[in-house]
Amino acid sequence: MDSVLILLLFVLVLSIFLGFELISKVPSTLHTPLMSGANAISGITIVGAILTSRAEIFESEITFLLGMLAVFFATVNVVGGYLVTNRMLSMFKKK
Amino acid sequence: MVNLVYILASVLFIFGLKMLGSPETAKKGNLVSAIGMLIAVVVTLLDQNIVDYTWILIGITLGTIIGATAALRVKMTAMPEMVAIFNGFGGIASLLVGSSEYLVSGSGFDSLIPIYLTVVIGGITFTGSLIAYSKLSGVITGNPVLYKGQQWVNAILVLILFYLGIEMVASQDWLLVEDWQVISSIVALAFLLGVLLVIPIGGADMPVVIALLNSYSGLAACAAGFVIENNVLIVAGALVGASGLILTNIMCKAMNRSLANVLFSGFGSVSEGVSETGEQGEARPIISEDAYLILEAATSVAIVPGYGMAVAQAQHAVRELGELMEANGADVQYVIHPVAGRMPGHMNVLLAEANVPYDKLMEPEDINPIIETIDVCIVIGANDVVNPAAREDPNSPIFGMPIIDVDHAVTTFVLKRSMASGFAGIENPLFFKTNTRMLFGDAKDSITALVSEFKS
Repeated sequence: MDSVLILLLFVLVLSIFLGFELISKVPSTLHTPLMSGANAISGITIVGAILTSRAEIFESEITFLLGMLAVFFATVNVVGGYLVTNRMLSMFKKK
Repeated sequence: MVNLVYILASVLFIFGLKMLGSPETAKKGNLVSAIGMLIAVVVTLLDQNIVDYTWILIGITLGTIIGATAALRVKMTAMPEMVAIFNGFGGIASLLVGSSEYLVSGSGFDSLIPIYLTVVIGGITFTGSLIAYSKLSGVITGNPVLYKGQQWVNAILVLILFYLGIEMVASQDWLLVEDWQVISSIVALAFLLGVLLVIPIGGADMPVVIALLNSYSGLAACAAGFVIENNVLIVAGALVGASGLILTNIMCKAMNRSLANVLFSGFGSVSEGVSETGEQGEARPIISEDAYLILEAATSVAIVPGYGMAVAQAQHAVRELGELMEANGADVQYVIHPVAGRMPGHMNVLLAEANVPYDKLMEPEDINPIIETIDVCIVIGANDVVNPAAREDPNSPIFGMPIIDVDHAVTTFVLKRSMASGFAGIENPLFFKTNTRMLFGDAKDSITALVSEFKS
């Protein structure tokens, strides 16, 4: 197998372990902001969308359109996600 | 160089998620994670290979306007729907990235499997999330949509999808010849499956579905990361995938049902007479003046909110009532069941919005051992989470689910609009117990009436 692929698989496995470790300690009271915040992070696809805007892609109208739509949707995901999470978290106050 | 910044961004995501674990640091955690996202995007934009910035910036600007508007204007009660939609958008973004890459290169074995995965998972996430949104906002019915042979249809579709995957990955021309045919049929099937897999799930189980779709959108992003060999996508996607899975697991445990049961058994519908239906005794109504007298004399009160409180937007009135009772010398606690509402933590967010201090929020396992010392339990628009059938009736669809034992308190007030059944469509014997009183009416009106009794 390609050595780059193997390294990436390592990264994947470690990230999964890390994810489990980080998330299992969240109190249930924060589960909704957590879901919203994690959702915002999944908008990282925006990076992928921007990267697909390479020269080869611009040759074809279809792939250009796909790339632009990807950027748009991922941006909504990111911006909306972070703002909504922030809104929710602003409300948590202790007496 | 770019990759170094990506590593930094990943570190920020990790710290951000960690800080999201406690109420004191949660808000900063979100900010830290946002900074990570910002530097990842900026450094990507500065990448030399990008052809035309104009269109990208247009896409980003439009996306920002729409995302910000939606996020800042949505009502807290519509939060679950919002998360579902954003989820879906993340899914389709991954699908589009994967499709785009396929149409351009369709290269070796290594990148075809991730392309297939990102398209399939992204597609299912997209339409599944749209269905979840529609069910929650009432656009389509909250009841499970079932039909005969449904499991067979779904299974066959999965097999076809799998076959198409093999054809794509092995670059064979057995059935479909053109690249675009292969990718479009896979996309179409993924979309269809997303709909068909979520449609049979009842509204009561939507929290689980949303948690699961949240995980999928992360997995789709992770697969896209393998497609373009980008480590920040892989790390961030995996983190989100893992967090969604944990939450899904917690939800299923809270309902005492397995994930397979939630997804495939068509529960959450109007009951077909499996458990006891019909008259089980008389429900005893009470009016607010008399309810006030009992509350006034109570020394310990537990408030159990449910989706009904969200619908009536009664959380502010509830907080006021809680404060008045405390001023009167009572000890007031709020008991939040993990599946109350439409999303995990839904009730917590609403009460936080109403300025209820979060150290007053209890979980069922905190209150059940001492429930008999509680003078009054006030159940506001919650139904299944306080249904004793889960303890007592082996025939009930919710049997075995951990609930809040409000019927063991000295007195219970149930605030409901009518005797109609709750989201899961099951009869609730709580209403007919001798120590239960029904306070009928809109939750906000009822609570406001109690508040004015206290004030006068």
